[in-house]
Amino acid sequence: MSLYTRRIWTNRIGIALSMLAMAFGLLALLWILWTLFYNGFSALSWNFFTQDTPAPGSEGGGLRNAIVGSLMIVGVTTLVSTPIGILAGIYLAEFGTTSKFAATTRFITDIMLSAPSIVVGLFVYALVVATLGGFSGWAGSLALSLIAIPVVVRTTENMLLLVPTSLREAAFAVGAPRWQVSLKVTLRAVKAGVVTGILLSIARVTGETAPLLFTALNNQFYSTNMSQPMGNLPVVIFQFAMSPYDNWVSLAWGGALLIALLVLGINVIARVLFRKKSSD
Amino acid sequence: MSAPQQTADGDAILEVRDLNFFYGDFRGLTNVSLDIAKSRVTAFIGPSGCGKSTLLRTFNRMYDLYPGQRAEGQINFHGNNLLDRKQDVNLVRAKIGMVFQKPTPFPMTIYENIAFGVRLYEKLPKSEMDDRVEWALRKAAIWEETKDKLQQSGLSLSGGQQQRLCIARTIAVKPEIVLLDEPTSALDPISTAKIEELINELKDDYTIAIVTHNMQQAARISDFTAFMYLGELVEFGKTDTLFIKPREKQTEDYITGRFG
Repeated sequence: MSLYTRRIWTNRIGIALSMLAMAFGLLALLWILWTLFYNGFSALSWNFFTQDTPAPGSEGGGLRNAIVGSLMIVGVTTLVSTPIGILAGIYLAEFGTTSKFAATTRFITDIMLSAPSIVVGLFVYALVVATLGGFSGWAGSLALSLIAIPVVVRTTENMLLLVPTSLREAAFAVGAPRWQVSLKVTLRAVKAGVVTGILLSIARVTGETAPLLFTALNNQFYSTNMSQPMGNLPVVIFQFAMSPYDNWVSLAWGGALLIALLVLGINVIARVLFRKKSSD
Repeated sequence: MSAPQQTADGDAILEVRDLNFFYGDFRGLTNVSLDIAKSRVTAFIGPSGCGKSTLLRTFNRMYDLYPGQRAEGQINFHGNNLLDRKQDVNLVRAKIGMVFQKPTPFPMTIYENIAFGVRLYEKLPKSEMDDRVEWALRKAAIWEETKDKLQQSGLSLSGGQQQRLCIARTIAVKPEIVLLDEPTSALDPISTAKIEELINELKDDYTIAIVTHNMQQAARISDFTAFMYLGELVEFGKTDTLFIKPREKQTEDYITGRFG
């Protein structure tokens, strides 16, 4: 076999192996999605969104309390983690490039990024729930924030580091102080990337179960009081999926499908936003 | 202290004296002394790495952004040494503007690109700000092309237009000196001609210092030319003299294309 034909065959085998690996990954993903649709789609009815979680043994029911609870907990998480994450990211990229404090912050952020979420849940349980006497929506938001903040910090920092030096210098060259350069010029230049980071952090925390188990707990009644235990989708799915009641299991599938669609939607929006902006 | 190479006809707005510059341990400039004449165009030429951009970037303390870079010596501007630690660098940069090699419009509208710098130092009512934006855009010869799309992104303009927008943005702050760091090297010949024409018009009101790779450009637009080599100022004088009858052998070799 000549060197040339051998190269062609190596190439073909390489491509075939990559395709196989991709097909394997894709298959798993599609399988999960298909199962979710198959088992969960029938549960998505009007009642699903308007009724609360049923008591054991009673018929029907929906996930209204869990959906509203999840939206509130994740909403507060976003409101807390976005400003903190962005400001910390700006600090790391623009101000503290060489300081020890920044290096330490960066290191801790990296650890937090890969910390098991159940540890975060236990941490907030010990810190807040056990000391302030009780499970609450606030505690849930706090736990989720601890997971979301590092994601926002890192994406903001990485995006800002992509800003060409020339743009930063140009902003300084008109006599702008550093904070104006950061907030009005460089941050604006990477707006799409930062928004993408925020969306991805929301997607990440929406499905987190472990941190909420120890903090927001659950509530089988409709409640918008963040100081009380709160219903939320992941924990309800966790409890209902393991139950012996058929309607509970069905609701769990519906909830899982809902979360999957939500996360999928957020990811698609993030991609579209990012692509649109980067092609400018 | 080496005597500054003399040029002066008229007043010097910047007096550079015994300037040394360091990138960490590496010495980028060695004992540079010269005067930048007011309301004139001074060009800096020399091969890559000769220190001409480094010198320009000391005039507005741009090197301050980078730890490890430092300048020693004096650059006197209205009786103050710009290199003085106590000097407020933001004020220096408002008085000594800079335009870069690559056009760098800010990620905002054309209008906001101009207004951004103005707002830092002046609080103008809307109508006066409108006037200032128009004035700056006219001054940079780009008003006709942009007057109908002031609310569009500055990034929507062509490269040459973006560069003129950057010049407009710089003069909108009303600086005394405009530093141009190879402003045309990323542009096509037509855009280059427009910028050169613009420089010619601006020199009545501003002092201009320009770094250029293009010797013809230096000869066309400048009143004074400085030739630099390996971090030293080799020769400095009237542009006509320097190009027709250079004093130094090195200058002659460079401008006749024998090296560099």
